[in-house]
Amino acid sequence: MIEFRSVTKAYPDGTVAVADFTYTVESHRTVVLVGSSGSGKTTLLRMVNRMVDPTSGTVAIDGLDVRDLDKVALRRSIGYVLQAGGLLPHRTVLDNVATVPVLTGTPRRRARTAAWELLERVGLDRSLAGRYPAQLSGGQQQRVGVARALAGDPNILLMDEPFGAVDPIVRGELQVELRRLQAELGKTIVFVTHDIDEAFGLGDEVVVLRRGGEIAQAGTPAQILANPVDDFVRDFVGADRAERVLTTVEVDGRCVVVDRDGRPAGVLAR
Amino acid sequence: MTWLLLNWPQALQLAWTHVLLSVPAITISVLVAVPLGRLAHRYPRPGGALLSAASLLYAIPSLPLLIIIPVVLGIPLRSSATMVVALSVYGVALLVRSAADAFGAVDARVRLAATAIGFSPWALFWRVELPLATPVLLAGVRVVVVSTVGLATIGALVGIPSLGSLFTDGFQRGIAGEVITGIVATVALALALDGACALTGRALTPWTRSARSEHAGRHTGPVAA
Repeated sequence: MIEFRSVTKAYPDGTVAVADFTYTVESHRTVVLVGSSGSGKTTLLRMVNRMVDPTSGTVAIDGLDVRDLDKVALRRSIGYVLQAGGLLPHRTVLDNVATVPVLTGTPRRRARTAAWELLERVGLDRSLAGRYPAQLSGGQQQRVGVARALAGDPNILLMDEPFGAVDPIVRGELQVELRRLQAELGKTIVFVTHDIDEAFGLGDEVVVLRRGGEIAQAGTPAQILANPVDDFVRDFVGADRAERVLTTVEVDGRCVVVDRDGRPAGVLAR
Repeated sequence: MTWLLLNWPQALQLAWTHVLLSVPAITISVLVAVPLGRLAHRYPRPGGALLSAASLLYAIPSLPLLIIIPVVLGIPLRSSATMVVALSVYGVALLVRSAADAFGAVDARVRLAATAIGFSPWALFWRVELPLATPVLLAGVRVVVVSTVGLATIGALVGIPSLGSLFTDGFQRGIAGEVITGIVATVALALALDGACALTGRALTPWTRSARSEHAGRHTGPVAA
Protein backbone atom coordinates (compact mmCIF):
# COMPACT_ATOMS: atom_id res chain seq x y z
CA MET A 1 0.00 0.00 0.00
CA ILE A 2 1.32 3.42 -0.96
CA GLU A 3 -0.11 6.43 0.82
CA PHE A 4 0.35 9.98 -0.35
CA ARG A 5 -0.51 12.19 2.64
CA SER A 6 -0.99 15.84 1.64
CA VAL A 7 2.23 15.92 -0.33
CA THR A 8 3.39 19.19 -1.84
CA LYS A 9 6.36 19.87 -4.04
CA ALA A 10 7.37 23.47 -4.55
CA TYR A 11 10.61 24.52 -6.23
CA PRO A 12 12.77 27.47 -5.11
CA ASP A 13 11.71 29.46 -8.19
CA GLY A 14 8.12 29.34 -7.00
CA THR A 15 6.81 26.61 -9.32
CA VAL A 16 4.43 24.30 -7.53
CA ALA A 17 4.52 20.89 -9.18
CA VAL A 18 2.18 19.22 -6.71
CA ALA A 19 -0.03 20.88 -4.11
CA ASP A 20 -1.57 18.99 -1.20
CA PHE A 21 -2.06 15.64 -2.92
CA THR A 22 -3.65 12.85 -0.92
CA TYR A 23 -4.33 9.40 -2.31
CA THR A 24 -3.95 5.77 -1.27
CA VAL A 25 -2.86 3.08 -3.68
CA GLU A 26 -4.06 -0.26 -2.33
CA SER A 27 -1.79 -3.30 -2.64
CA HIS A 28 -2.01 -5.44 -5.80
CA ARG A 29 -3.87 -2.70 -7.64
CA THR A 30 -2.87 -0.86 -10.79
CA VAL A 31 -3.41 2.86 -10.38
CA VAL A 32 -2.85 5.12 -13.35
CA LEU A 33 -2.06 8.79 -12.85
CA VAL A 34 -3.13 10.56 -16.00
CA GLY A 35 -2.78 14.21 -16.91
CA SER A 36 -1.20 16.52 -19.43
CA SER A 37 2.29 17.91 -18.96
CA GLY A 38 2.57 20.08 -15.86
CA SER A 39 0.06 17.98 -13.97
CA GLY A 40 2.79 16.76 -11.61
CA LYS A 41 2.21 13.10 -12.40
CA THR A 42 5.87 12.20 -12.83
CA THR A 43 6.79 14.18 -9.71
CA LEU A 44 4.26 12.16 -7.73
CA LEU A 45 5.67 8.91 -9.07
CA ARG A 46 9.23 9.89 -8.21
CA MET A 47 8.23 10.70 -4.66
CA VAL A 48 7.60 7.00 -4.07
CA ASN A 49 11.23 5.98 -4.60
CA ARG A 50 12.63 9.28 -3.35
CA MET A 51 13.93 10.54 -6.64
CA VAL A 52 12.01 13.61 -5.47
CA ASP A 53 11.40 14.45 -1.82
CA PRO A 54 8.19 16.35 -1.08
CA THR A 55 8.49 19.85 0.40
CA SER A 56 5.76 18.91 2.84
CA GLY A 57 3.56 15.92 3.53
CA THR A 58 4.68 12.31 3.52
CA VAL A 59 4.67 9.28 1.28
CA ALA A 60 4.34 5.99 3.14
CA ILE A 61 4.80 2.43 1.90
CA ASP A 62 2.98 -0.13 4.07
CA GLY A 63 2.81 2.51 6.79
CA LEU A 64 6.51 3.38 6.73
CA ASP A 65 7.47 6.95 5.83
CA VAL A 66 9.84 6.59 2.87
CA ARG A 67 11.98 9.37 4.31
CA ASP A 68 12.98 7.02 7.12
CA LEU A 69 14.25 4.47 4.61
CA ASP A 70 17.65 4.39 2.96
CA LYS A 71 17.29 5.90 -0.52
CA VAL A 72 19.40 3.37 -2.35
CA ALA A 73 17.90 0.33 -0.62
CA LEU A 74 14.40 1.72 -1.20
CA ARG A 75 15.04 2.18 -4.94
CA ARG A 76 16.42 -1.33 -5.28
CA SER A 77 13.27 -2.70 -3.65
CA ILE A 78 10.97 -0.96 -6.14
CA GLY A 79 10.75 -1.78 -9.85
CA TYR A 80 11.12 1.28 -12.06
CA VAL A 81 10.37 1.39 -15.79
CA LEU A 82 10.79 4.50 -17.85
CA GLN A 83 10.60 5.57 -21.45
CA ALA A 84 12.83 3.55 -23.80
CA GLY A 85 13.41 1.28 -20.83
CA GLY A 86 16.15 3.54 -19.45
CA LEU A 87 18.54 0.72 -20.25
CA LEU A 88 22.28 0.90 -19.66
CA PRO A 89 23.72 1.20 -23.18
CA HIS A 90 27.01 -0.48 -22.26
CA ARG A 91 25.47 -3.63 -20.82
CA THR A 92 24.01 -6.55 -22.73
CA VAL A 93 20.31 -7.34 -22.48
CA LEU A 94 21.01 -10.12 -19.99
CA ASP A 95 23.20 -7.94 -17.78
CA ASN A 96 20.67 -5.11 -17.90
CA VAL A 97 18.02 -7.46 -16.57
CA ALA A 98 20.40 -8.78 -13.91
CA THR A 99 21.39 -5.26 -12.78
CA VAL A 100 19.43 -4.93 -9.54
CA PRO A 101 20.12 -8.44 -8.18
CA VAL A 102 23.84 -7.91 -8.87
CA LEU A 103 23.71 -4.56 -7.05
CA THR A 104 22.11 -6.22 -4.05
CA GLY A 105 24.86 -8.82 -3.92
CA THR A 106 23.40 -11.82 -5.75
CA PRO A 107 26.26 -13.76 -7.39
CA ARG A 108 26.45 -12.77 -11.05
CA ARG A 109 25.88 -16.32 -12.33
CA ARG A 110 22.72 -16.77 -10.36
CA ALA A 111 21.43 -13.34 -11.35
CA ARG A 112 22.03 -14.18 -15.00
CA THR A 113 20.24 -17.50 -14.74
CA ALA A 114 17.23 -15.73 -13.25
CA ALA A 115 17.46 -13.08 -15.98
CA TRP A 116 17.14 -15.75 -18.67
CA GLU A 117 13.81 -16.78 -17.26
CA LEU A 118 12.60 -13.20 -17.01
CA LEU A 119 13.35 -12.63 -20.71
CA GLU A 120 10.95 -15.41 -21.55
CA ARG A 121 8.41 -14.12 -19.09
CA VAL A 122 8.21 -10.76 -20.88
CA GLY A 123 8.02 -12.41 -24.29
CA LEU A 124 11.59 -11.92 -25.51
CA ASP A 125 13.55 -14.46 -27.48
CA ARG A 126 16.61 -15.78 -25.64
CA SER A 127 18.74 -15.09 -28.70
CA LEU A 128 18.55 -11.38 -27.80
CA ALA A 129 20.33 -11.90 -24.47
CA GLY A 130 23.78 -11.03 -25.79
CA ARG A 131 22.75 -7.90 -27.65
CA TYR A 132 23.22 -4.32 -26.58
CA PRO A 133 20.17 -2.06 -26.17
CA ALA A 134 20.99 -0.07 -29.32
CA GLN A 135 20.55 -3.27 -31.32
CA LEU A 136 16.94 -3.72 -30.20
CA SER A 137 13.72 -2.25 -31.51
CA GLY A 138 11.81 0.18 -29.30
CA GLY A 139 9.30 -2.46 -28.25
CA GLN A 140 12.04 -4.94 -27.37
CA GLN A 141 13.87 -2.33 -25.30
CA GLN A 142 10.67 -1.67 -23.43
CA ARG A 143 10.21 -5.36 -22.65
CA VAL A 144 13.79 -5.53 -21.36
CA GLY A 145 12.96 -2.54 -19.17
CA VAL A 146 10.00 -4.39 -17.69
CA ALA A 147 12.07 -7.55 -17.17
CA ARG A 148 14.73 -5.51 -15.37
CA ALA A 149 12.13 -3.94 -13.11
CA LEU A 150 10.82 -7.39 -12.19
CA ALA A 151 14.27 -8.89 -11.54
CA GLY A 152 14.45 -7.81 -7.91
CA ASP A 153 10.99 -9.32 -7.35
CA PRO A 154 9.64 -6.01 -6.02
CA ASN A 155 6.17 -5.57 -4.55
CA ILE A 156 5.84 -2.22 -6.24
CA LEU A 157 6.32 -1.25 -9.87
CA LEU A 158 6.60 2.39 -10.88
CA MET A 159 6.07 3.02 -14.58
CA ASP A 160 6.82 6.47 -15.97
CA GLU A 161 5.21 6.80 -19.42
CA PRO A 162 6.95 3.56 -20.32
CA PHE A 163 5.25 3.05 -23.65
CA GLY A 164 5.35 6.66 -24.81
CA ALA A 165 8.17 6.24 -27.31
CA VAL A 166 6.87 3.26 -29.31
CA ASP A 167 4.42 3.19 -32.20
CA PRO A 168 0.71 2.59 -31.50
CA ILE A 169 0.69 -1.05 -32.60
CA VAL A 170 3.64 -2.00 -30.43
CA ARG A 171 2.16 0.05 -27.58
CA GLY A 172 -1.02 -2.00 -27.83
CA GLU A 173 0.98 -5.24 -27.67
CA LEU A 174 2.92 -4.02 -24.66
CA GLN A 175 -0.28 -3.05 -22.86
CA VAL A 176 -1.75 -6.50 -23.43
CA GLU A 177 1.49 -8.01 -22.18
CA LEU A 178 1.46 -5.87 -19.05
CA ARG A 179 -2.12 -6.88 -18.26
CA ARG A 180 -1.15 -10.54 -18.65
CA LEU A 181 1.90 -10.10 -16.39
CA GLN A 182 -0.12 -8.24 -13.80
CA ALA A 183 -2.73 -11.00 -13.77
CA GLU A 184 0.07 -13.47 -13.00
CA LEU A 185 2.10 -11.38 -10.58
CA GLY A 186 -0.34 -9.08 -8.78
CA LYS A 187 2.13 -6.25 -8.11
CA THR A 188 1.17 -2.85 -6.81
CA ILE A 189 1.60 -0.70 -9.90
CA VAL A 190 1.65 3.07 -10.20
CA PHE A 191 1.57 3.97 -13.87
CA VAL A 192 1.93 7.46 -15.30
CA THR A 193 0.68 8.44 -18.75
CA HIS A 194 -0.88 11.30 -20.67
CA ASP A 195 -2.87 8.89 -22.82
CA ILE A 196 -6.39 8.41 -21.44
CA ASP A 197 -7.02 5.27 -23.52
CA GLU A 198 -3.90 3.71 -22.03
CA ALA A 199 -5.08 4.76 -18.57
CA PHE A 200 -8.50 3.17 -19.06
CA GLY A 201 -6.94 0.11 -20.63
CA LEU A 202 -4.56 -0.63 -17.77
CA GLY A 203 -5.88 0.94 -14.58
CA ASP A 204 -7.99 -0.70 -11.91
CA GLU A 205 -8.25 2.89 -10.77
CA VAL A 206 -7.54 6.04 -12.70
CA VAL A 207 -6.64 9.39 -11.19
CA VAL A 208 -7.22 12.30 -13.56
CA LEU A 209 -4.96 15.21 -12.63
CA ARG A 210 -5.29 18.91 -13.26
CA ARG A 211 -2.31 21.27 -13.23
CA GLY A 212 -0.32 21.18 -10.00
CA GLY A 213 -1.26 17.64 -9.05
CA GLU A 214 -4.83 18.47 -8.12
CA ILE A 215 -7.13 15.45 -8.41
CA ALA A 216 -9.89 16.26 -10.88
CA GLN A 217 -11.49 12.84 -10.46
CA ALA A 218 -10.48 9.41 -9.22
CA GLY A 219 -12.27 6.11 -9.65
CA THR A 220 -12.57 3.08 -11.87
CA PRO A 221 -12.50 3.78 -15.59
CA ALA A 222 -16.20 2.88 -15.76
CA GLN A 223 -17.11 5.30 -12.98
CA ILE A 224 -15.18 8.12 -14.60
CA LEU A 225 -16.70 7.49 -18.02
CA ALA A 226 -20.20 7.16 -16.57
CA ASN A 227 -20.04 10.31 -14.48
CA PRO A 228 -17.35 12.79 -15.37
CA VAL A 229 -17.47 15.33 -12.51
CA ASP A 230 -16.97 18.41 -14.64
CA ASP A 231 -16.17 19.71 -18.10
CA PHE A 232 -12.43 19.31 -17.59
CA VAL A 233 -12.76 15.57 -16.97
CA ARG A 234 -15.47 15.16 -19.60
CA ASP A 235 -13.18 16.80 -22.10
CA PHE A 236 -10.05 14.98 -20.96
CA VAL A 237 -11.54 11.49 -21.10
CA GLY A 238 -13.33 12.35 -24.33
CA ALA A 239 -16.71 11.33 -22.94
CA ASP A 240 -18.33 13.09 -25.86
CA ARG A 241 -16.08 11.51 -28.48
CA ALA A 242 -18.03 9.67 -31.14
CA GLU A 243 -16.44 6.31 -30.29
CA ARG A 244 -17.40 6.62 -26.61
CA VAL A 245 -21.10 7.22 -27.24
CA LEU A 246 -22.51 3.82 -28.13
CA THR A 247 -25.99 2.68 -29.03
CA THR A 248 -27.32 -0.64 -30.22
CA VAL A 249 -29.12 -1.40 -33.43
CA GLU A 250 -30.68 -4.68 -34.40
CA VAL A 251 -29.24 -6.36 -37.48
CA ASP A 252 -30.49 -9.80 -38.54
CA GLY A 253 -31.79 -10.49 -35.07
CA ARG A 254 -28.55 -9.54 -33.29
CA CYS A 255 -27.71 -6.45 -31.24
CA VAL A 256 -24.86 -4.54 -32.92
CA VAL A 257 -23.20 -1.80 -30.88
CA VAL A 258 -22.49 1.29 -32.94
CA ASP A 259 -20.87 4.62 -32.08
CA ARG A 260 -22.41 7.99 -32.69
CA ASP A 261 -21.15 8.04 -36.25
CA GLY A 262 -22.85 4.71 -36.86
CA ARG A 263 -19.59 2.75 -37.07
CA PRO A 264 -19.91 -0.72 -35.52
CA ALA A 265 -17.89 -1.34 -32.37
CA GLY A 266 -19.00 -4.91 -31.76
CA VAL A 267 -21.86 -7.26 -31.12
CA LEU A 268 -23.60 -7.75 -27.77
CA ALA A 269 -22.91 -11.21 -26.42
CA ARG A 270 -25.94 -13.39 -25.89
CA MET B 1 71.40 2.82 -40.04
CA THR B 2 75.06 2.07 -39.42
CA TRP B 3 74.95 4.05 -36.20
CA LEU B 4 71.98 2.11 -34.97
CA LEU B 5 73.54 -1.25 -35.88
CA LEU B 6 76.61 -0.40 -33.85
CA ASN B 7 74.81 1.20 -30.92
CA TRP B 8 71.51 -0.62 -30.62
CA PRO B 9 72.02 -1.68 -26.97
CA GLN B 10 72.35 2.00 -26.04
CA ALA B 11 69.29 2.98 -28.13
CA LEU B 12 67.28 0.20 -26.57
CA GLN B 13 68.39 1.22 -23.09
CA LEU B 14 67.33 4.82 -23.77
CA ALA B 15 63.99 3.70 -25.24
CA TRP B 16 63.29 1.77 -22.04
CA THR B 17 64.25 4.81 -19.93
CA HIS B 18 61.90 6.83 -22.11
CA VAL B 19 59.07 4.39 -21.40
CA LEU B 20 59.81 4.61 -17.68
CA LEU B 21 59.42 8.41 -17.87
CA SER B 22 56.31 8.44 -20.07
CA VAL B 23 54.13 5.64 -18.75
CA PRO B 24 54.15 6.73 -15.08
CA ALA B 25 53.48 10.34 -16.18
CA ILE B 26 50.54 9.24 -18.36
CA THR B 27 49.16 7.10 -15.56
CA ILE B 28 49.41 9.95 -13.05
CA SER B 29 47.77 12.34 -15.55
CA VAL B 30 44.79 9.99 -15.93
CA LEU B 31 44.48 9.37 -12.19
CA VAL B 32 44.50 13.10 -11.45
CA ALA B 33 42.56 14.44 -14.45
CA VAL B 34 39.64 11.98 -14.36
CA PRO B 35 38.45 12.83 -10.83
CA LEU B 36 39.08 16.55 -11.48
CA GLY B 37 37.10 16.35 -14.72
CA ARG B 38 34.28 14.54 -12.95
CA LEU B 39 34.16 17.25 -10.26
CA ALA B 40 34.33 20.03 -12.87
CA HIS B 41 31.38 18.46 -14.63
CA ARG B 42 29.42 18.01 -11.40
CA TYR B 43 30.07 21.55 -10.11
CA PRO B 44 30.15 23.69 -13.26
CA ARG B 45 30.86 27.05 -11.60
CA PRO B 46 34.07 26.27 -9.70
CA GLY B 47 34.63 23.66 -12.39
CA GLY B 48 34.93 26.25 -15.15
CA ALA B 49 37.61 28.11 -13.21
CA LEU B 50 39.38 24.83 -12.54
CA LEU B 51 39.39 23.93 -16.22
CA SER B 52 40.82 27.33 -17.20
CA ALA B 53 43.49 27.07 -14.52
CA ALA B 54 44.41 23.55 -15.59
CA SER B 55 44.66 24.55 -19.24
CA LEU B 56 46.95 27.46 -18.25
CA LEU B 57 49.41 24.96 -16.79
CA TYR B 58 50.15 23.95 -20.34
CA ALA B 59 51.38 27.47 -21.03
CA ILE B 60 54.26 27.13 -18.56
CA PRO B 61 57.46 26.84 -20.59
CA SER B 62 59.05 23.47 -20.03
CA LEU B 63 62.62 24.42 -19.19
CA PRO B 64 61.68 26.77 -16.31
CA LEU B 65 59.24 24.11 -15.10
CA LEU B 66 62.09 21.58 -14.97
CA ILE B 67 64.01 24.01 -12.73
CA ILE B 68 61.04 24.94 -10.52
CA ILE B 69 59.90 21.38 -9.76
CA PRO B 70 63.13 20.25 -8.03
CA VAL B 71 63.21 23.49 -6.02
CA VAL B 72 59.58 23.17 -4.89
CA LEU B 73 59.59 19.41 -4.23
CA GLY B 74 63.18 19.21 -2.99
CA ILE B 75 64.20 16.48 -5.42
CA PRO B 76 67.40 16.40 -7.49
CA LEU B 77 67.26 18.38 -10.75
CA ARG B 78 68.50 15.53 -12.90
CA SER B 79 66.28 12.81 -11.48
CA SER B 80 63.67 11.08 -13.55
CA ALA B 81 61.15 12.04 -10.83
CA THR B 82 61.50 15.67 -11.93
CA MET B 83 60.65 14.72 -15.47
CA VAL B 84 57.73 12.52 -14.45
CA VAL B 85 56.25 15.37 -12.40
CA ALA B 86 56.69 17.87 -15.24
CA LEU B 87 55.12 15.52 -17.79
CA SER B 88 52.24 14.83 -15.40
CA VAL B 89 51.56 18.56 -15.07
CA TYR B 90 51.29 18.88 -18.85
CA GLY B 91 49.30 15.67 -19.10
CA VAL B 92 46.76 16.87 -16.55
CA ALA B 93 46.52 20.22 -18.31
CA LEU B 94 45.71 18.47 -21.57
CA LEU B 95 43.34 15.89 -20.15
CA VAL B 96 41.16 17.67 -17.58
CA ARG B 97 38.95 19.34 -20.15
CA SER B 98 38.46 16.14 -22.16
CA ALA B 99 37.64 14.34 -18.93
CA ALA B 100 34.98 16.92 -18.05
CA ASP B 101 33.58 16.67 -21.59
CA ALA B 102 33.62 12.88 -21.38
CA PHE B 103 31.38 12.92 -18.31
CA GLY B 104 29.24 15.59 -19.94
CA ALA B 105 28.69 13.23 -22.86
CA VAL B 106 27.03 10.63 -20.63
CA ASP B 107 23.29 10.68 -21.37
CA ALA B 108 21.49 12.36 -18.45
CA ARG B 109 18.55 9.98 -18.90
CA VAL B 110 20.81 6.98 -18.39
CA ARG B 111 22.20 8.56 -15.22
CA LEU B 112 18.66 9.22 -13.99
CA ALA B 113 17.48 5.70 -14.81
CA ALA B 114 20.49 4.16 -13.08
CA THR B 115 19.89 6.23 -9.97
CA ALA B 116 16.19 5.35 -10.01
CA ILE B 117 16.83 1.61 -10.05
CA GLY B 118 19.22 1.85 -7.11
CA PHE B 119 22.81 2.60 -8.10
CA SER B 120 24.57 4.28 -5.18
CA PRO B 121 26.61 7.38 -6.14
CA TRP B 122 29.78 5.27 -5.91
CA ALA B 123 28.38 2.45 -8.08
CA LEU B 124 27.00 5.03 -10.51
CA PHE B 125 30.48 6.45 -11.03
CA TRP B 126 32.32 3.15 -11.45
CA ARG B 127 29.74 1.08 -13.26
CA VAL B 128 27.84 3.61 -15.35
CA GLU B 129 29.53 6.99 -15.76
CA LEU B 130 33.12 5.84 -16.13
CA PRO B 131 32.41 3.13 -18.72
CA LEU B 132 30.14 5.45 -20.69
CA ALA B 133 32.71 8.26 -20.54
CA THR B 134 35.47 5.94 -21.75
CA PRO B 135 35.22 6.57 -25.52
CA VAL B 136 35.64 10.36 -25.17
CA LEU B 137 38.12 9.95 -22.33
CA LEU B 138 40.21 7.62 -24.40
CA ALA B 139 40.45 10.10 -27.26
CA GLY B 140 41.89 12.57 -24.73
CA VAL B 141 44.28 10.00 -23.28
CA ARG B 142 45.66 9.19 -26.71
CA VAL B 143 46.54 12.85 -27.24
CA VAL B 144 48.29 12.84 -23.86
CA VAL B 145 50.19 9.66 -24.74
CA VAL B 146 51.62 11.06 -27.94
CA SER B 147 52.35 14.46 -26.44
CA THR B 148 54.04 12.97 -23.36
CA VAL B 149 56.32 10.73 -25.39
CA GLY B 150 57.30 13.74 -27.47
CA LEU B 151 57.81 16.06 -24.51
CA ALA B 152 59.90 13.56 -22.56
CA THR B 153 62.79 14.24 -24.98
CA ILE B 154 63.14 17.77 -23.53
CA GLY B 155 64.70 16.27 -20.42
CA ALA B 156 67.85 15.62 -22.41
CA LEU B 157 68.54 19.38 -22.33
CA VAL B 158 68.94 19.36 -18.55
CA GLY B 159 70.57 15.93 -18.50
CA ILE B 160 67.66 13.59 -17.78
CA PRO B 161 68.29 10.68 -20.16
CA SER B 162 65.68 9.62 -22.72
CA LEU B 163 65.57 9.05 -26.47
CA GLY B 164 66.09 12.84 -26.60
CA SER B 165 69.64 12.22 -25.47
CA LEU B 166 70.26 10.81 -28.94
CA PHE B 167 69.44 14.21 -30.52
CA THR B 168 71.56 16.25 -28.12
CA ASP B 169 74.46 13.84 -28.29
CA GLY B 170 74.12 13.46 -32.05
CA PHE B 171 74.08 17.24 -32.60
CA GLN B 172 77.06 17.88 -30.36
CA ARG B 173 79.13 15.18 -32.01
CA GLY B 174 77.75 15.74 -35.52
CA ILE B 175 76.42 12.20 -35.96
CA ALA B 176 73.37 12.43 -38.25
CA GLY B 177 72.52 8.74 -37.81
CA GLU B 178 72.20 9.20 -34.06
CA VAL B 179 69.89 12.21 -34.46
CA ILE B 180 67.69 10.38 -36.96
CA THR B 181 67.56 7.30 -34.74
CA GLY B 182 66.39 9.50 -31.88
CA ILE B 183 63.61 11.03 -33.95
CA VAL B 184 62.44 7.80 -35.53
CA ALA B 185 62.55 5.89 -32.24
CA THR B 186 60.54 8.60 -30.45
CA VAL B 187 57.86 8.59 -33.12
CA ALA B 188 57.77 4.80 -33.18
CA LEU B 189 57.43 4.65 -29.40
CA ALA B 190 54.59 7.21 -29.48
CA LEU B 191 52.78 5.22 -32.16
CA ALA B 192 53.26 1.94 -30.28
CA LEU B 193 51.86 3.33 -27.01
CA ASP B 194 49.02 5.04 -28.88
CA GLY B 195 48.18 1.75 -30.59
CA ALA B 196 48.21 -0.10 -27.30
CA CYS B 197 45.85 2.54 -25.93
CA ALA B 198 43.49 2.22 -28.88
CA LEU B 199 43.41 -1.58 -28.54
CA THR B 200 42.73 -1.38 -24.81
CA GLY B 201 39.94 1.08 -25.53
CA ARG B 202 38.39 -1.26 -28.07
CA ALA B 203 38.42 -4.10 -25.59
CA LEU B 204 36.86 -1.90 -22.90
CA THR B 205 33.99 -0.57 -25.03
CA PRO B 206 32.46 -3.50 -26.95
CA TRP B 207 29.04 -1.81 -27.10
CA THR B 208 30.23 1.10 -29.24
CA ARG B 209 30.89 -1.19 -32.20
CA SER B 210 27.31 -2.36 -32.38
CA ALA B 211 25.52 0.89 -31.56
CA ARG B 212 25.25 1.91 -35.21
CA SER B 213 22.74 -0.76 -36.21
CA GLU B 214 19.69 0.78 -34.61
CA HIS B 215 17.02 -1.61 -35.71
CA ALA B 216 19.14 -4.70 -35.79
CA GLY B 217 16.49 -6.34 -33.68
CA ARG B 218 14.55 -6.93 -36.84
CA HIS B 219 17.48 -8.50 -38.64
CA THR B 220 18.15 -12.16 -38.49
CA GLY B 221 21.95 -11.89 -38.50
CA PRO B 222 24.14 -13.55 -35.92
CA VAL B 223 24.12 -12.13 -32.42
CA ALA B 224 26.93 -9.65 -31.85
CA ALA B 225 29.38 -10.70 -29.17
